[in-house]
This record gives sequence, C-alpha cells and structure tokens, in this order.
Amino acid sequence: MTKLFATTALLTALAMPAFAVQPAEGETLAENQTYTYWLLDAIKSLDPALNTDVEGSDALRSLFEGLMTESATGEMIPGMAESHEVSDDGLTYTFTLREATWSNGDPVTADDFVFAWQRVVTPETASEYAWYIELMNIDNATAIIAGEMTPDQLGVAALDDRTLQVTLSAPTPYFLNTLSHATTYPVPRAVVEEHGQAWTQPANIVGNGAYTLASHNLGVEIVFQKNPAYWDAENVVMETVRGVTVNDTNVALTRYQAGELDRVQIPAGQFPRLSEQFPDQAVSVPQGCSYAYVLNLGETGPEALKDQRVREAMALSLNREVIVDQVLQGGQRAAYSWTHWAIDGFAAPEGGMQDMPMDQRLERARELLAEAGYGPDNPVRLQLQYNTDESHRLLAIAAQQFWRPLGIQVELNNVEWAVHTDRLQSGNFEVARYAWCADYNEASTFLDWFRTDGYNSGKWSNAEYDQLLADARTAEDTAPLYQRAEEILAEEVPAVFVYHYAKVDMINPAIKGLPRENLLNTWYAKDLYRVAE
Amino acid sequence: MFAFILRRLAVAIPTLLLLIVFSFVLMHLAPGGPFTGERALPPQVLANLEAQYGLNDPLWLQIWNYLVSVVIHFDFGPSFVYPDRTVNQLIANGFPVTLTYGGLSFLAAVILGVSLGVVAAIWHNSWVDYLAVGISIGAQVLPNFVMAPLLVLVFTLWYRWLPGGGWSFNDPSFSVMPVIALSTSYMASIARITRSSMLEVLGSNHIRTARAKGMPEHRVIIRHALKPAMLPVISYLGPVFVSMITGSVVIDIYFSTGGIGKAFVDSALNRDYAVMMGVTILVGALTILFNLIVDVLYAWIDPKIRY
Repeated sequence: MTKLFATTALLTALAMPAFAVQPAEGETLAENQTYTYWLLDAIKSLDPALNTDVEGSDALRSLFEGLMTESATGEMIPGMAESHEVSDDGLTYTFTLREATWSNGDPVTADDFVFAWQRVVTPETASEYAWYIELMNIDNATAIIAGEMTPDQLGVAALDDRTLQVTLSAPTPYFLNTLSHATTYPVPRAVVEEHGQAWTQPANIVGNGAYTLASHNLGVEIVFQKNPAYWDAENVVMETVRGVTVNDTNVALTRYQAGELDRVQIPAGQFPRLSEQFPDQAVSVPQGCSYAYVLNLGETGPEALKDQRVREAMALSLNREVIVDQVLQGGQRAAYSWTHWAIDGFAAPEGGMQDMPMDQRLERARELLAEAGYGPDNPVRLQLQYNTDESHRLLAIAAQQFWRPLGIQVELNNVEWAVHTDRLQSGNFEVARYAWCADYNEASTFLDWFRTDGYNSGKWSNAEYDQLLADARTAEDTAPLYQRAEEILAEEVPAVFVYHYAKVDMINPAIKGLPRENLLNTWYAKDLYRVAE
Repeated sequence: MFAFILRRLAVAIPTLLLLIVFSFVLMHLAPGGPFTGERALPPQVLANLEAQYGLNDPLWLQIWNYLVSVVIHFDFGPSFVYPDRTVNQLIANGFPVTLTYGGLSFLAAVILGVSLGVVAAIWHNSWVDYLAVGISIGAQVLPNFVMAPLLVLVFTLWYRWLPGGGWSFNDPSFSVMPVIALSTSYMASIARITRSSMLEVLGSNHIRTARAKGMPEHRVIIRHALKPAMLPVISYLGPVFVSMITGSVVIDIYFSTGGIGKAFVDSALNRDYAVMMGVTILVGALTILFNLIVDVLYAWIDPKIRY
C-alpha cells in the first residue's frame, strides 16, 4: 500500500492554506444557496465510531472534520491539524491543532481526538470499523480490540490542548491519508458522556464541521445548516444542505424532474434516453467497484470448477460487451481485470482474452471444455446464486444464455441479501454474484481480496500471488507487480470478472463544485455552490 | 359482556407471549445475522458486537432476557442496524406517521366504500349501480405500487400540486397521495361487500314489513337496512384497520413517509432482531385488540349475538 498516496502532491498541499471552491468568473451565485441530494435509504448512524455506510460518511463529512481533509479535487489538505512532525523512525506523529471550536462554542482539543479514537477500539463500543484503527497501525489497537489491553493504552496522547501525539506500531507511509476518514473524526467528550448513545440526535449533537445538524427525520429527511463557528466558515457558500430519502429510484427521478432534488441516481437502463434528452444533466463517471461471479474452489465447491479449463471456458464465453452495452447501458465497462480500470496508476495487462474476437473465444472455450470432458451432451451443471435485485437477475439470465450452448448449464438461485452473504462467507455456494468497492484509490484495495488470507470467499490460493502483494507494500514501483497479479487471476480464473461500475446520475447544472473525477465519489458540502439559472 | 372482555384479555396475554417466543426462535433460525455483510468482519470485532448485543448467550436465555426487558421495563432494546436509536424511539417516530395516513385512509375507504355500496344496492341494476361497480372494480385492479408512482407523476411532475414524498405533521399535503394510494383498493372491497350485503337485507322480511307499514324509504334504509347490512363489513374492517394503521411497505417506499411498514420489512431483511420483534409485538397486540373490538361491535349491532 506504499504507493497509495502521491506523497509529493501531499507535501505541497500541506504547505498551502485550505481552500473551498469559489465561483468562477462570469458565474452569479443564486440567492437561495440550498443543495438537496437524494438518499436511497435512512442514514443508519451519525456517530463517527458506529457509521458503516457511504451515506453516513457523506453526512459526517459535513458535521465533523478530521486532522486532515480533502480539497475539492481530492487532494489531502490540513483539516483540524495545522501542521505535523514525523519522527525519524516514522513511528511518531505530532500534530499541532488549529484554534477551532465545536458548534457549542467549546474549543476542539487534542483530548477530543484521544477520546474519539479510544472509543472506536473499546470493545463495549462495538464499532464495526474498529479495524480501521488497526489499518492505521496505531500502537496497541489490535490488543485493545481483543480485550487484552485497556483503551487508555492506545498509541495516542494529548500533550497539551493543541498537541496530539500518535504512536504507530510500524512505519505507515499512507498514515496521513487515513486521517480524513469518518472513523477518525474527533467527538466532543463532554457531550458524548452526558447523552450516551443519544448524543447524535438533533437536539444533542455537537460537531466541528462546516455544518450543523438542523433536523433529522429518520428515513425522510436530514437537514444541515452552515456552521458559523466553523474555522473556515467565510469560505463556505452553501447555506443549507438537505438529504432526502426516496426509496424508489424511479420516483426519485420524477421528483428530480419536478425540481425537488438536485441530484439523483439514474435507474438502470434509462441513461441512454436521459443523456439524449438532458445532455447537460445526465452524468456517467467511473465508480470504484467491480462486479464478478466468484467461483467456489474450496472444499465445499463443486468438482467441475476445480478444473481450470472449465473456469477459463466460463470466462472466455461470457460476452461482457453485450452486458454493458445492451443490459446496463450506463457507461459501465467490460471487466477483464479485478482492479477497476480507473484506479490510480493501474494499467491492466494486455494480450488477454479481451483482444480476441468473440468467435475465437467461443471456439477456444469449446476446446477447453471438450478437453475437460464436457460439452453440450455432457454439460457442467452449476448453481448461480445472486441476491434479490433486478439488474443482478438480468445479468444472471444473460450469463446463463452465454454459457448454455457450450455445455455449461447454470441454474439460477435467487436468495435474499442476508442469506446470500451468509452463504458466501460459509462457502455454501457454487457460483455467486459479488461486487467489491475500493476503500482507497490504489490497486491493492481490489487485489488484496484474492490473497489466501483475504476475504476470498472462493478459497482460491496462489503462493506467487500472495508474494506479489506482500512485495507491493514496500516496492518502489508497484505497477508491474499488480500487472503480474492480474495476469495470474486471468490465467487461473478464481472468478469471472464481469464489469466495472459507473456512477450514473442526474445532476442539476446549477450546482457547482461536485467532484466528477473522484473514483471514490467523496464530496464535501462546503465545496458546493449554486449559481443563478 | 364485561366478563367476556376480561376473559378475552386474559387469553391475549399468553397469546402474545407465545407470539414473542415463536417469532424470536424463527428469526434466529433464519440464515445470516445482523452483522453479516458484503465484507466479513474481523472475528474479534464480530465477537465484541455479539457480546454487546447478548447474541452469545444460549437462545433460551436471550428469550428470557428479552421478555424481562419488554414486560418489566417496556424496553425493546437498541436497534442493531440503527445503533443511535432504540426500538422504542423508532416506533415512536414511525408509528404516528403510519397511524395518521393509515387512519385517514381507513376513514376514506369506509365512508366512500359504504356510500358507494349502499347507492349501488338501492338503485340495483341501474346506471348508478353499474357506475359504482365499475369504479370499485377499477380501483381494485389498480395495485398501489402502480398507482403510487403514477400519482407522483401526475400531481408532482405535471401539475406541481403536491410534494412527491416525505412527511410533516404540520402540512396535510404530504398525506394526500399516501391516502389515495392506500385507500382505493380497500374502498373497492368495502363497496362490494356493502352492496351484496345490502341487497340481501333489502330483500328480507323485516324490510318488506317496514315498507308495508308505509315508512318513508330513507328511514327504511337508514334505520332498518343499514345496521344489519354492516355486519359482514365490520368483520372485514377489524383486520383491515390494523393492517392499515401499521403501515404499508409500498406506501412507505414510494412516498418515503418514514412509517413503520417499511421499517418492519427492512428489519426482517437486515436481521435487525430488535426492531423486528418490536413491530411484531405491536402488530400482534393491535390485532388482538381490534378483533376484540369487532366482537363487541357485533354484539352491539346484532341483538341475537350474546356472549
């Protein structure tokens, strides 16, 4: 993960003052600075320690600010930390905090960070993201989560009100980049101790971000108001931000067209029509997720899949171009690698099956199957499991049709989400629909999945692959290592890669400052403004 | 009558307890749990979560602890999926919403349905009858998941009269479309039941007697026909009322009302054990209560019924 973060860009960014997006010349600000965005569902938690989902993180980025934050173009810039020093051995970071206050007027102190981070790893907090503090390599995090040490032994200390010292268990080149994640946000000790788990409710919550929580009607609407006490408030243009829950994407689109929302997701299959009708509003940008059919190669998996020729035939004969062009139709791309094509610094290996014409691929697939002893008269019989969703169903039907003529008979097996994930994790499946989304913009966020001790539900294992990823953590140039890793995946086919996601939205052209080249789609309300129409 | 009510309430308590135990066991038998997700949690983190929510205890102990907390403290515990909220809070937020739009829908369905049914029966086989039957069949065949997005299209996008969804107790415009979408098919059923029951009553001896005495037709209808004709309607309305006020997942999804209909379905899908139990108990208790009320109403309407 060394190459994770462009260090030079980071250092220059650190030297610059923080900035918000400002209207360009010729743009007139709208009188009403309100941005209304769409939420598919209720926000599960506004507690930085308990949040687990994207919608929650979007909200927390408005309400809180970590030691570091991101500029509108995605670079790391100082947030609560004004400056920092690193010890020579790379194990000790000393941050000097800027003078900032919570929305109740209390100063933000180093102790608020100590309290917040200790709280995440405390077993009683039961944080699903406790592992994030481990990922940051903060000293003793693992032992505290395991209950072997007490939370006050975590490698984080307040030297005085504005000096925070962090001790790591190993030099961690990406450490600074972990500091804009919601799990690391400070929380106001006094407020949390007073209200307990109810501290995130609108009447109680206190934050240090650019916005305060005006109201939160769970599953209906969440409203943020500009926080006048925010340290950079003078550069924040957007006054009000509303997240409106609409559980049905078609209704959400109707409400967007009625002017009730400024941004919605385009329902599956409607992008071609909408981009023709509203070319200035329909936007498709790459989104850091990949879709695949994972093949179970473990003890519980079917015999036929243990034959590499069968797996290769499945990969060859799946016509991904038809899937992305005819079924999904939203700017998604056919996947021949696990890593998303748009990941920073990643170049997919060349000369694979993507360069072969389809008829040659089919012929090769037939040969491979025949060698393995299968064919239309003696088909491979498999179960394809997917969770309930219209597009998963369509794709599964397409795959079934592509494989059937060759002699691969898949029976579709639709189960609800909880059953699907439970079976994936317990190895109780043959072929299963799966998707993985990047946690950070570097190839290892995908490739780590197939490590022998990675999530790897299909239980594929390859020593060379594991070694390549271990080497990549300290290598100067990781690109060839990742390419080789992808080549191994293409050869051994532990999963059939299907497509790389795109985020397909309708965006009101009056809203400026939403990042469009950010693969992880993180956005900060403080960077937005609305121009007069 | 009083003894009857007491007896029924006494039976209700073990019924509810059985319901709790049964649902609890069934729910834990379902594959997956509240913390199974796309990415498996590290074992230690999962262990901490399970310890925090008491999922490590044997099932009988979990049931016992749950019963104690519900019965003694009226505390339904924290939600597994919405950790900032307790189940009591979630129900306190969502139930008034469903109760409001469900109650209004119920009134609309009963008033319109009964009127339509009575009118159709009185002018039996005339154009009024055909029109009323036509309306009710039309309303019945248009399912609410089709009608809901259509309503949003017409009233929000085309005419811009109504907000496309959301909820506020201060603004009745938010409840208009949910009420239309929820009440129509119930209205249709009520109209059909009323019509056939009314026709039967209008052909009975006591109505002929009333007419023979020279009683004016409107008094015949209102005083003598309507009351007995309502019996089958009322037995239909008991369970309908409960299902309307405890929400409709379709209404909640299309109009984003924040009601408990969707919360109930979500909790089952997410294995949010606590919310699912809470709503099950609420629906169970309301069902028992309204079945009792229907029985009491029966006795009041029909003097032949005595408990």
